[in-house]
Amino acid sequence: MSTDSPTSAASTFLVIGERTNITGSPKFSKALKAGDWDACLAIARQQVESGANVLDINVDEALIDGEATMAKFLNLIAAEPEISRVPIMLDSSKWSVLEKGLQCIQGKGIVNSISLKDGEAEFLRRARLVRRYGAAAVVMAFDEKGQAATCDEKVRICSRAYHLLTERAGFPAEDIIFDPNILTVATGIEEHNNYAVDFFEATRIIKHTLPRAKVSGGVSNVSFSFRGNNPVREAMHTAFLYHAIGSGLDMAIVNAGMLGVYGEIAPQLRELVEDVLLNRRPDSTERLVTYADELKAGDAGKLPTSNSKLPTAEAWRSLPVEERLKHALVKGIDQFIEADTEEARANQDKYPRPLHIIEGPLMDGMRVVGDLFGAGKMFLPQVVKSARVMKKSVAYLTPFMEEEKRLLVAGGGTAKPNGRVVMATVKGDVHDIGKNIVGVVLACNNYDVTDLGVMVPAEKILAAAREKQADIIGLSGLITPSLDEMVHVAKEMTRLNFTVPLLIGGATTSPAHTAVKIAPEYAPGVFHVLDASRVVNVVSALLSAEQKPAFLAETVAKQEKQRVEFAERRSKRPLLSLAEARARKQPCDWPTIDIPRPEFLGPRVYSTENADSLPLKPYPLDLGDIVAYIDWGPFFSAWELHGRYPDLLTDAVVGVEATKLFDDAQKLLTRIVAENIFTAKAVIAFWPGNATGDSIEVYEDEKRLQVVTQFHHLRQQQDKPAGQFNHCLADFLAPKESGRIDYLGGFAVTAGHGVEEFAATFRAQYDDYSAIMAQALGDRLAEALAELMHKKVRDFSGYGKTENLEMKDIIREKYRGIRPAPGYPACPDHTEKPTLFQLLGAEAATGITLTESNAMHPASSVSGFYFNHPDSKYFAVGKLGQDQVEDYAARKKMSVAEVEKWLGPYLDYNPS
Amino acid sequence: MDSAAQALQALFASRIVVLDGAMGSMIQTYQLSEADFRGERFKSHPHDLQGNNDLLSLTRPDVIEKIHGDYFAAGADLVETNTFSSTAIGQSDYQLAAAIRDINLAAVTCARRAARRAEAAAPGRRCFVAGAIGPLNRTLSMSPDVNRPDYRAVTWEQVVTGYTEQICALLDGGVDALLVETIFDTLNAKAALFAIESVFDERGDAARVPVMISVTITDASGRTLSGQTVGAFYTSVAHAKPFSVGINCALGGDAMRPYVEELASIAGCYVTCYPNAGLPNAFGGYDETPADMARVLGDFAANGWVNLVGGCCGSTPAHIAAIAQAVKGTAPRLRPTTTPALRLSGLEAMAVA
Repeated sequence: MSTDSPTSAASTFLVIGERTNITGSPKFSKALKAGDWDACLAIARQQVESGANVLDINVDEALIDGEATMAKFLNLIAAEPEISRVPIMLDSSKWSVLEKGLQCIQGKGIVNSISLKDGEAEFLRRARLVRRYGAAAVVMAFDEKGQAATCDEKVRICSRAYHLLTERAGFPAEDIIFDPNILTVATGIEEHNNYAVDFFEATRIIKHTLPRAKVSGGVSNVSFSFRGNNPVREAMHTAFLYHAIGSGLDMAIVNAGMLGVYGEIAPQLRELVEDVLLNRRPDSTERLVTYADELKAGDAGKLPTSNSKLPTAEAWRSLPVEERLKHALVKGIDQFIEADTEEARANQDKYPRPLHIIEGPLMDGMRVVGDLFGAGKMFLPQVVKSARVMKKSVAYLTPFMEEEKRLLVAGGGTAKPNGRVVMATVKGDVHDIGKNIVGVVLACNNYDVTDLGVMVPAEKILAAAREKQADIIGLSGLITPSLDEMVHVAKEMTRLNFTVPLLIGGATTSPAHTAVKIAPEYAPGVFHVLDASRVVNVVSALLSAEQKPAFLAETVAKQEKQRVEFAERRSKRPLLSLAEARARKQPCDWPTIDIPRPEFLGPRVYSTENADSLPLKPYPLDLGDIVAYIDWGPFFSAWELHGRYPDLLTDAVVGVEATKLFDDAQKLLTRIVAENIFTAKAVIAFWPGNATGDSIEVYEDEKRLQVVTQFHHLRQQQDKPAGQFNHCLADFLAPKESGRIDYLGGFAVTAGHGVEEFAATFRAQYDDYSAIMAQALGDRLAEALAELMHKKVRDFSGYGKTENLEMKDIIREKYRGIRPAPGYPACPDHTEKPTLFQLLGAEAATGITLTESNAMHPASSVSGFYFNHPDSKYFAVGKLGQDQVEDYAARKKMSVAEVEKWLGPYLDYNPS
Repeated sequence: MDSAAQALQALFASRIVVLDGAMGSMIQTYQLSEADFRGERFKSHPHDLQGNNDLLSLTRPDVIEKIHGDYFAAGADLVETNTFSSTAIGQSDYQLAAAIRDINLAAVTCARRAARRAEAAAPGRRCFVAGAIGPLNRTLSMSPDVNRPDYRAVTWEQVVTGYTEQICALLDGGVDALLVETIFDTLNAKAALFAIESVFDERGDAARVPVMISVTITDASGRTLSGQTVGAFYTSVAHAKPFSVGINCALGGDAMRPYVEELASIAGCYVTCYPNAGLPNAFGGYDETPADMARVLGDFAANGWVNLVGGCCGSTPAHIAAIAQAVKGTAPRLRPTTTPALRLSGLEAMAVA
């Protein structure tokens, strides 16, 4: 998608459409005087369509009632969404007309203009009113003595106005737009020769010395001497803008439909024009006038106005067809595009398929456009015109491509689409050339493409993807903020349980950004596509059941590498000190927070076995009851079928396989339950406890005199944005100093007894499929048992009895409270597990043992803590600083080196 | 004691603030008659008055005060005065333009009394009153006549005059803040903000109170009735240096989600959200339960998008209690640091850095 070019100075430059200005547009003047409002609206619409970012409206005419006309035209525009989407610049020399206009626009517009012409008091009065009406203002470099012509005068008046506005009228500096007067050059009067230079210089100084103020100007004025000679005027405007933008000009009032390309001005003309504008030689005016006169005399053939190789408007028509197509695209000329496209198409030797013309000369041309735009040598309206020519050419080729497809079908081929792609340029971005090319290329390769256009909000993209049952979603964007919007779309896809791949393209996008910012937000896969030429390969790989896993794995690995590189490259953001991190703990109103007292204290044991041998007689447990709590998502992941259950079962690609797998799982599960093949055991317990710093004390009884044991927790140390907290599990238990008694829960559950034996029976028959299935079901049952026990824990704590959640919400953990497990992100230290097991009497109660690395055996087991705090939530501790590791080692009475060994992957430093 | 503005500022800085819920649907539960609406004062008024809820502040102040009191009891920190339509333009249909000042003053009195009672019941508690300024039934941006798109049923001067009268009365009554709300035409809102600033300017800085603004997104297109996006709307009113901006009415919270998120990411001031209890059902009632609303607004709060939550049409004290519970302890939204830029808008927003 490389034909969209990067954001540049020129792409943020505002084009203010001038054709709705009665003083500059005879056509508008005529329509307005005749009361032909439809014609007036058509001119306004044409300006916006040509790419005007703001619409300048001026109805100053002696015979027209300015206030009434301004109001009527603005009211009419308000009813035309295509026009009123852009801001309005109210342009009048009469304050009463400006004020009337301000009363008619709901958006934030610009008043053009106010100045010191009528003195400070009036200037400030108007400025305050402009502010109260909620508009920005153009301030002319004009004072009580008159209009500023020299650079010094311009700067002096603008500085004075700036200080008055910001210091006395409370006017925000960013809402001030200076117009330092673009005055006519080449008038034959010597004092006028430096006017353009004065403007460039003044612009540079204003932008430099008056922070946040903007600079604008009416460009047509500069070339007024060459009235009636549009080629010269266009060249002057183009060159003037080029230099003025370089000096810092932010916007200009121009004819949005008539802008040249700086690099395309014929060298001789450009030199003459620049001699004049930059006041480079005493005879520059004379020389340009001579040239202009000759040009006007009809000697056009000899005097080029645009680039040498293309001497006249007609001369470029004799170039080879590829050059003509390119020229038409760069210049935005659609007059010959169909004939030229046909000429290329008819050359079947060179272009056997219509697609080759698109991929060849048309894309070459658009690449040139992209480069010029990126270099600030083309402006957005021109790029829009180029895109139109491109579209016209593609539209011409489309019937031929359809015919090609029809013949393919007739010849026994298939026209069934290879897959469905929904694509859009994201919200806030209007660039779609590259995306359109991608769409064309995909469509040519027999994909069913739905292009939602530009500025498409996330919800619309995703709704369309749902409706069209898209196999792939593609996002495009050119400007930097689009990157954030893409991240947003990815997050929304996750939230809404999408599973289809997400493609990212457009000039500012990059593989690195995709890997670092977007891919982590959307697990099913985010793929950066460099340009249209790669898109077919990517899409076909993603839609092929055989190729996808390898492609996905390759991309994931690549992205992980990019993330690591990024993290290393980036100057590392230092962690907070432990003291700072502790100061940023999540606050809690301990005196009033609800702390439920559980129905019992100490352990309670459950088992599917009726085992009298245990010290505590177990409560009964039924495998069948556990089944309802199974979260099937991870089951499919274990089989590398990625997607959300139950949608996965009907998925176009893996649905059949997933359904088969699920049926087999159900059969085996039914057998496991019916024959009690696995034994499930659980122990849960509540203990009175309080937090002491980042540790938790567990007490003998509610008198809290005797500490039985302590659990030690770790705190997040990353520097987070203000308002986010540095969490530690201990924060979810009432601190000792609060005076309130709190309760910590603990659990260990297993469904693993019998799993290995059962799996072994399958392996003995070389049935690995069923063996893996048995293990996977064991894991699911263990997790489900933890969920079931957590439900009981909430019920025992009281609040669970009224939580009234459906099973699917329970499985998604939409309840109050958490059950973090040692060794997992919220408490990554596995060495807390032995303490927990001892306190629970877990080994005796459940038969789970801990290995030397504190892993649980059998494998289908889960253990952890329960926290009831209403604000408790899962989090990842993340990287740890040396200060915290030392503090933690001291609390745990372990050596620092030993702690470092256990927490190796979490250390933010290299242990000595 | 701090000034009300300082106290309100401190409250917003410390936690998520809770606004009250609907007034209209609560009034309906009292099944008041034409005689209730008329009271003694308007016994022989030439026009029917039943349904003119704003008038009840004068004729059944007991009812209005009780409803405010119920909201404070449910946990609201801030209630809105019963003045949604209390402008000369809004009351002209009832031929009550002459009673505007009295209606507004009486409404502030009802809310203030309820606030004082709630404060007395819980020493140390501060209860606030915001003067509600509604959108008007005539708009400056749209023509009521499709054949005359340039026609407007009201003028800028009429709107500013109407709002000025209401604003003066609300300030005289002693509101702690002004809340320009349920905005569906930004130009009407700009006229209200123009009037507010003019009154402040005339009365001096001591008369200033926080100005809160709340827009209504009317459908799933994410735009106001007058066609602006959320970003364009914010750009159009930011000059008023609002204390808060937000979204209320029209949609249930779920449907507001993307717009609340967007507003939260761009607004340099506090962000508020008080949705309807869902969309009106076939019977004109509202179906979302307190738990439904609490879930959605609790989620917004957890995402760090809001500084004030409450309810609009169809919500009750039970809704507000559930919402207050849902956001309790959740950190309020922090205002993003925005880079200064020339921001402009038509129906859409743009920025020049």
